[in-house]
Amino acid sequence: MAELKFIGGYPEYMRKHIDIVNSTRAQRKDFTPEAMTMEQRDEVLKLHPDYAPGGKRAIALGPNKGDMAPNEVADLLEAYPLIQGNEMDVSKPDYTVDLLVIGGGLAGTTAAVWANDTGIDKNKILLVNKLRHGDANSIMAEGGTQAADREDDSPDRHFLDAIGGGHFTNKPDVLKELVKDAPFIMKWLCDLGAMIDREKDNSFVEKGGGGTSRCRMHACKDYTGLEELRVIRDEFRNREIPYLEYLPVVELLTDGNRVTGAVLYNLETGDYKIVQAKATILATGGFGRLHVRGFPTTNHYGATCDGVVLAYRIGAKLRDTDTVQYHPTGAAYPQQIIGLLLTEKLRSMGAQPLNKDGEAFVFPLEPRDVEASSFIRECYVKDKGIITPTGMRGIWLDTPMIELKNGKGTIEKSFPGMFRMFQRFDLDIRKDPVLVFPTLHYQNGGVETDPWGKTNIAGLWVAGEVSGGVHGKNRLMGNSTLDCLVFGRRSGISTAEYLKSNPQYGKLSIDHLNNYVKLLKEAGIETSRKAPVLLPDYRGKAVLARMIDIF
Amino acid sequence: MPEKDNIMDAIAESNKSVVTGIDEKDIEHWITIWILGREYKVPAGLTIMQAMEFSGYRFVRSCGCRAGFCGACTTVYRIEGDYRLKTAMACQTRIEEGMYLTQIPFTPAERANYDINKLAPGIEALLTNYPEILRCLGCNACTKACPQDIDVMEYIAAGKRGDVGLMAELSFDCIQCGLCAIRCPAELAQYNYAQLARRLHGKYETPIPGYCLNRVKEIESGKFDAELDKLVKTSNEELRKLYTARDIEKA
Ligand SMILES: Cc1cc2nc3c(=O)[nH]c(=O)nc-3n(C[C@H](O)[C@H](O)[C@H](O)COP(=O)(O)OP(=O)(O)OC[C@H]3O[C@@H](n4cnc5c(N)ncnc54)[C@H](O)[C@@H]3O)c2cc1C
Ligand code: SF4
Ligand code: SF4
Ligand code: FES
Repeated sequence: MAELKFIGGYPEYMRKHIDIVNSTRAQRKDFTPEAMTMEQRDEVLKLHPDYAPGGKRAIALGPNKGDMAPNEVADLLEAYPLIQGNEMDVSKPDYTVDLLVIGGGLAGTTAAVWANDTGIDKNKILLVNKLRHGDANSIMAEGGTQAADREDDSPDRHFLDAIGGGHFTNKPDVLKELVKDAPFIMKWLCDLGAMIDREKDNSFVEKGGGGTSRCRMHACKDYTGLEELRVIRDEFRNREIPYLEYLPVVELLTDGNRVTGAVLYNLETGDYKIVQAKATILATGGFGRLHVRGFPTTNHYGATCDGVVLAYRIGAKLRDTDTVQYHPTGAAYPQQIIGLLLTEKLRSMGAQPLNKDGEAFVFPLEPRDVEASSFIRECYVKDKGIITPTGMRGIWLDTPMIELKNGKGTIEKSFPGMFRMFQRFDLDIRKDPVLVFPTLHYQNGGVETDPWGKTNIAGLWVAGEVSGGVHGKNRLMGNSTLDCLVFGRRSGISTAEYLKSNPQYGKLSIDHLNNYVKLLKEAGIETSRKAPVLLPDYRGKAVLARMIDIF
Repeated sequence: MPEKDNIMDAIAESNKSVVTGIDEKDIEHWITIWILGREYKVPAGLTIMQAMEFSGYRFVRSCGCRAGFCGACTTVYRIEGDYRLKTAMACQTRIEEGMYLTQIPFTPAERANYDINKLAPGIEALLTNYPEILRCLGCNACTKACPQDIDVMEYIAAGKRGDVGLMAELSFDCIQCGLCAIRCPAELAQYNYAQLARRLHGKYETPIPGYCLNRVKEIESGKFDAELDKLVKTSNEELRKLYTARDIEKA
């Protein structure tokens, strides 16, 4: 690589392509390719990682036996538990609480606050985290949160946008509550003191997003999740709700019928702790770190599908396991940030996707799966991508167009996070386009719920990315942070109501693991795979080859 | 160009180094860094985080979002031959030859508990919860340490004047990494004060737009229930038609 000459952070040969983009910008300013027809969408979707041949198999056991899932997910469902039935005593609780919340992203933190609001004493709640409270996908949300609050918009419009974007596979009764609660959630965030972007007259700045028919994206610059989560977490801390960090749940406990608690594992000291609870909310987020189909990811370090694995073992039903969301615009250059997200809001504000000839080849705000597929087609079928020094192909996202359309200074003002990220690697997104390629972004499916976050297993609620149904087989931008806030709140309220009926503590056992192991054996699964995996492993290959386990 | 059926394999191949860890045989250029005082040869161009992983460290602490948002990967370093102590986020900083580095996984900083509903924006709210803010010496060490290039000293100065609006704006990009607090000779926990200021500003100085409050009332009064219930029961064919017929507002 050292032989390459770099100009403004790009090797010379890429710079030549950039010159084409920069010189054609003015004539592209008022041109936008037409949106695809439904038929055109169906055609290009054949190239999407979900539909391209291979990559998936039928799940071999359990409630969703026969359903298709990515191999990486099926591998975890078809893996053995980390602990075995008779290895440890789980009957003596170290923590006894009414409500256990697993995972402190937007969904879990919101749930805890609302359970407290609905009358559960703070000391009867425990929030446990695999990493720090807030090291989560939530804190990384950039683009915004949808809410149909403007006069020319309506919840039913929001419903239609979401269900169309989800290819009409969303669970309608759950989706209804999502769109209906959205404006209230905006109000709640403001009441807590979140700084949502405002126009001069104090109205919200509201932008469009892929697949939305109205501008209803509420953002906090490009730090939406950071602002939302740090405010809710601050409220959570003010109430002194107890929480634990670096103590992931490695198994749920049941009395045979309902969830009665969980086993925590101390990642640093290696010992375990038992939590006894009357109600449990699972809010463990997504699975980007499984790198489905070898894709890089936008997700945080702990996004490893744990929640789905744990719930499945006790018989929770999943849905829409066959689709995965790839975000069209992951960074493809420079190497240090490959896969990291470039928010959709860049396109909402005018950045165009361009091929190596500087041509705008696609409507910039198609639903994500369609947009991502069109990028793959441009790079791998039409051969119009740009090849990076590490061999990745990508297409340009013409960020300087944002300033041409919205005025100088817009990028630093609206996208300080993006601007800073590239600046750290000597690239200036105000002057040059950025190279992008689809990246693994979101777990569309998950544990099935009703409109209050309840699962088919007594004592178990789910909220946020770990759940499935509300987005069907494809989620629109801005509906996920909303999902976490709406169903975090609903599950918090619902568990609190349940607790008021004074349920008793149940027996603590992991007997269900014996059943699961039996099912694994019956399905003929012979493997050393264990799950949940908790954290990915990126250690260098040479070091791994010399690891010994003697201490 | 790959065959149509092999496109996914081609993509996976091109992503290998980010997904499965780096293979030595692909590397041409090496540099030397010092992790916690021990010397390692690592591929040039990696981030501090990637370089530590390449060297065999598997993170439990000091690694969260891996993208510059969470503030978990706080790092302090010095470059060989330079006396200055520098700060960075490990996931967002390229390694340099001769880097001596360590991470700070946790900042023991004081934070106050308050009820946001019982405060008013202004000097009083800050002084009641964090009287120590007045101890700032104006030394600028915090600003120099901030990996988000925030003018920390300036927002503390705004706080001392009770200007929560300015404090909120200036501190908005804060990822609560703790570096300012670690460097502060007056032992302040700047980022916690900024959190309070932002909430005060958001809550009290930017009223909720009337149209939003209106919509909440409309929803509570059941205005959209009939329409939504109808949609819930509508067949997919019919939904498809409605969806295609939507008029789309220009973004
Ligand atoms: C880069 C990025 C940008 C995004 N932008 C947007 C956007 O603009 N708008 C939008 O609506 N959505 C966006 N999303 C999606 C959205 O942010 C997430 O889907 C959502 O925040 C998930 O929230 P959550 O609470 O369900 O999970 P998370 O926020 O991921 O929180 C889950 C928590 O559970 C913890 N956990 C996991 N396993 C265990 C275990 N075994 N035991 C204990 N704890 C565990 C995790 O460590 C984590 O802290 C974005 C996502 C990413 C990654
Ligand atoms: S203000 Fe302090 S805590 Fe916030 S990002 Fe800067 S150094 Fe980190
Ligand atoms: S480091 Fe501390 S004393 Fe120095 S300017 Fe910042 S807040 Fe003030
Ligand atoms: S890991 Fe989150 S900022 Fe670096």
